[in-house]
Amino acid sequence: MDRPIRVLVAKPGLDGHDRGAKVIARALRDAGMEVIYTGLRQTPEQIVSAAIQEDVDVVAMSILSGAHNHLFPKVVELMKEEGADDVLIIGGGVIPDDDIPGLKEAGVAELFTPGTPTTDVIDFIKTNLKR
Amino acid sequence: MFDKEKLDQMQNSRKNWEENTLGKALSKFPERQEEFQTGSGDEIQRLYSPEDIKDIDYNQDIGYPGQYPFTRGAQPTMYRGRLWTMRMYAGFATAEESNKRYKYLIEQGSKGLSVAFDLPTQIGYDSDHSLSAGEVGKVGVAIDSLADMEILFDGIPLDKVSTSMTINAPASVLLAMYIAVAEKQGVSSDKLRGTIQNDILKEYIARGTYIFPTEPSMRLITDIFEYCSKDVPLWNTISISGYHIREAGSTAAQEVGFTLADGIAYVEAAIKAGLDVDSFAPRLSFFFNAHNDLLEEVSKYRAARRLWAKIMKERFGAKKEASMRLKFHTQTGGSTLTAQQPDNNIVRVAIQTLAAVLGGTQSLHTNSKDEALALPTEDSVRIALRTQQIVAYESGVTNTVDPLAGSYYIEAKTKQIEEEAMKYIEKIDEVGGAPRAIDVGYIQQEIMDAAYNYQREVESNQRIVVGMNKFKTEEEPPADLLKVDPAVEELQKNKLIELRAKRDNEAVSQKLEALRKACEGDENVMPYILDAVRAYGTLGEICGVMREVFGEYQQSVRI
Repeated sequence: MDRPIRVLVAKPGLDGHDRGAKVIARALRDAGMEVIYTGLRQTPEQIVSAAIQEDVDVVAMSILSGAHNHLFPKVVELMKEEGADDVLIIGGGVIPDDDIPGLKEAGVAELFTPGTPTTDVIDFIKTNLKR
Repeated sequence: MFDKEKLDQMQNSRKNWEENTLGKALSKFPERQEEFQTGSGDEIQRLYSPEDIKDIDYNQDIGYPGQYPFTRGAQPTMYRGRLWTMRMYAGFATAEESNKRYKYLIEQGSKGLSVAFDLPTQIGYDSDHSLSAGEVGKVGVAIDSLADMEILFDGIPLDKVSTSMTINAPASVLLAMYIAVAEKQGVSSDKLRGTIQNDILKEYIARGTYIFPTEPSMRLITDIFEYCSKDVPLWNTISISGYHIREAGSTAAQEVGFTLADGIAYVEAAIKAGLDVDSFAPRLSFFFNAHNDLLEEVSKYRAARRLWAKIMKERFGAKKEASMRLKFHTQTGGSTLTAQQPDNNIVRVAIQTLAAVLGGTQSLHTNSKDEALALPTEDSVRIALRTQQIVAYESGVTNTVDPLAGSYYIEAKTKQIEEEAMKYIEKIDEVGGAPRAIDVGYIQQEIMDAAYNYQREVESNQRIVVGMNKFKTEEEPPADLLKVDPAVEELQKNKLIELRAKRDNEAVSQKLEALRKACEGDENVMPYILDAVRAYGTLGEICGVMREVFGEYQQSVRI
């Protein structure tokens, strides 16, 4: 691949905890990726439209409010509708173990929970990139 | 602190110690690392001695508790007089569920309530708004109207408890609802005790539940100051919060510096609105974090008290001692808890509790061990509350006031944090005050740099987090986490449909129109909000009117 990996780091929903999202954004950037951060309070529609417009390879979402079961699958679904199912979608935050299988089934490639080193996220993206 | 002769003697004996005793030991047993750092990454010396506090004047800088500059505590007898208020932050799902949890906490010995609202409530949307989807009742209780608030405090006499509400952008509306519930209980507003967080600046900086732009937000806050100084005189009208700034990744000194800078902005706004500093300053309160570095944290609280006292006296010319006295609530540090080996979090919380108490907190929330995983269960909340009770009744640290005062390290560290915090305040003054420093992203950037630095130190194992990057074990995923029933959203939506069918909709429209006019003009908006609340106007309707008049805040996004 001759261009850097492009990643949209997104905060869906009303949650204001953005320390994790910002730390991940910086770590990905330091790892040589091009990172666009959406800021807070994005609807799934806004996230998908940003992902398409910015032509990203990865959408990385963070939620700590417990709304992940509603919002993550919604983004995956809208991405599919836009024909962008070659974009890798990952999520992170306070996600109970019980919720992870359902989210993966819905099309979120991987979920990263508290304590995950940023290097794990970087490695995962590099290995699982779909395009 | 010491005369010249004594100091010279000490210097000589120190040299002697360094050359002989210390030198010998180091040559045989080098220290574990070249440099030692506090939890905030400040270098820490091997040893502190009288030389490190030689420039501190006891009467001027340390003094006595309950008296300027309040370094040793807000009250003269501290916990010998009355223990801190054990106040557990709680709320989830519906008003009915949360009401049950509050009654349980009161039964278990909790002395004050602390209400957690869900995100739609905090951002001024009703449960049936499209942006509320998936968030209703998740991180706190869903409140759409006075009807929910009546259920929330059902059977809890509002003249007997003090209630803290973590609410910011729509603080005026929730306070109005509280006053209206009290009215229905036959309790007049001058008997109400409690706190609204009402600190919008740190929402822009770190917490994210803002609604309106800076200027109308500051106006709402000063309207509340003014209204409460007359009608709700025992109410703490704001809780100027460093907690979330620290959670976002700041250092201890940044926590103090940025929080007091926000405090300065509120005082300036209120003075500009024509209020006398001594009419509202005694009702200002603060909210700090408690992290694991016990001694650094204790010094932090002492530094904050001294610095605020000086600012109020010297910068704002406050006359009343109560205006200079910094009172604060503490919450243990959520970001210090690990999802790995969650039982270890009980120990972390115990250390943090000790820090808050040795630092002289007025009230305390202790986090539960499972909070890196989910909202806490009743069992884990009980352990967290018991942790406070053990420190209060068994540890002995409550029996004398400010027991760590006079420690060479504590006094030196207190001074250093005060000076470092003051540098941040000066820098923010240069930029044009906290609101401006937030608009240009200065404060957010400083915090982000510290947060990223911390993360890199953890990942390179420079900083050890037990159970996470060292002493790891294979573990089963924890069982019995609290789950909020997704049906809550439907339930709230149905309640709204019922409410809108039952209430006098014409009266609601009239009250909302009157509120709109007040927002457009410069009258105090509180009485109009109270009228709309009494008529069962919903939170979303009331905030909707204010959104139309005031507009919405646009975040500046940077990484």
